[in-house]
Amino acid sequence: MARVVVDVMLKPEILDPQGQAVANALPRLGVSDVSSVRIGRRIEIEFTGEADLDRVREIADKLLANPVIEDFTVHEVAEAADEPVPAGDPS
Amino acid sequence: MSARVGVVTFPGSLDDGDAARAVRVAGGEAVRLWHGDSDLHGVDAVVLPGGFSYGDYLRTGAIARFAPVMESIIDGARGGLPVLGICNGFQILCEAHLLPGALTRNSHLHFRNRDQWLRVGTSGTAWTNSFETDQEILVPIKSGEGRYVADQATLDELAANGRIVATYVRGNPNGSERDIAGVTNEAGNVVGLMPHPEHAIEALTGPSLDGLGFFTSILKHLAGATA
Repeated sequence: MARVVVDVMLKPEILDPQGQAVANALPRLGVSDVSSVRIGRRIEIEFTGEADLDRVREIADKLLANPVIEDFTVHEVAEAADEPVPAGDPS
Repeated sequence: MSARVGVVTFPGSLDDGDAARAVRVAGGEAVRLWHGDSDLHGVDAVVLPGGFSYGDYLRTGAIARFAPVMESIIDGARGGLPVLGICNGFQILCEAHLLPGALTRNSHLHFRNRDQWLRVGTSGTAWTNSFETDQEILVPIKSGEGRYVADQATLDELAANGRIVATYVRGNPNGSERDIAGVTNEAGNVVGLMPHPEHAIEALTGPSLDGLGFFTSILKHLAGATA
């Protein structure tokens, strides 16, 4: 089984009001050194067999992203490295 | 024989009933079309109504665009079939690349639900020939993702070629580029409109009767086409 990740982001010139709202909330957390926040979407696709990156790009171009307003990147993730690194643990 | 105007129902469509009613009030025959049925049942024109097709999952209109009925509508529209997309229907038409640009989240992030003044940008489409160019009309708008965006070259082209069907006047409700409320394709048979003309056809429930003009326009267009 192979897993492919598609990251979809609004193009830089497209206004991201959600990102702006998050950025504007950060001072409430005491964070004052962030100049911009932009929000995208991560999509994970699992193949039954070998990953077919060309097919994923086609899926991304036709459905997962709207090329008029969004860019996407595609990468395959290895099974073992797939576990997210624990965050926020200082030890 | 009155013209047959199809109204598509997707899972999550809300305004298909009102759109069909608007067709009837204008004097046409409304034909209900189902998203899963690729047969257009011989209709002369199609309305894609407002709502939240497929729950607005992924992007508004992104999944509806691949419904079986849409394959036939996309083929038909390329051959001249008149298609009006209202609100979610406009979003679907942009996702299907029958219209340029895209509809994005309102710049202020709030859902806007109010009666909205529009200026009709062109009477030269299948859906706006009952209006005068520059006529101001009042119809409801109700959307959270109604902000029209396109690159500057596309916006310039739309403006230069009279393809901006309607603009917001007396206040832009969503931050839409160049106050755009609706656009048409090059041939003028496909129109997308963010506000809801089907809710402004009767004095009892609408702020005006101005919306009826879009539906009388298509009947006039079809009558002219067959004459």
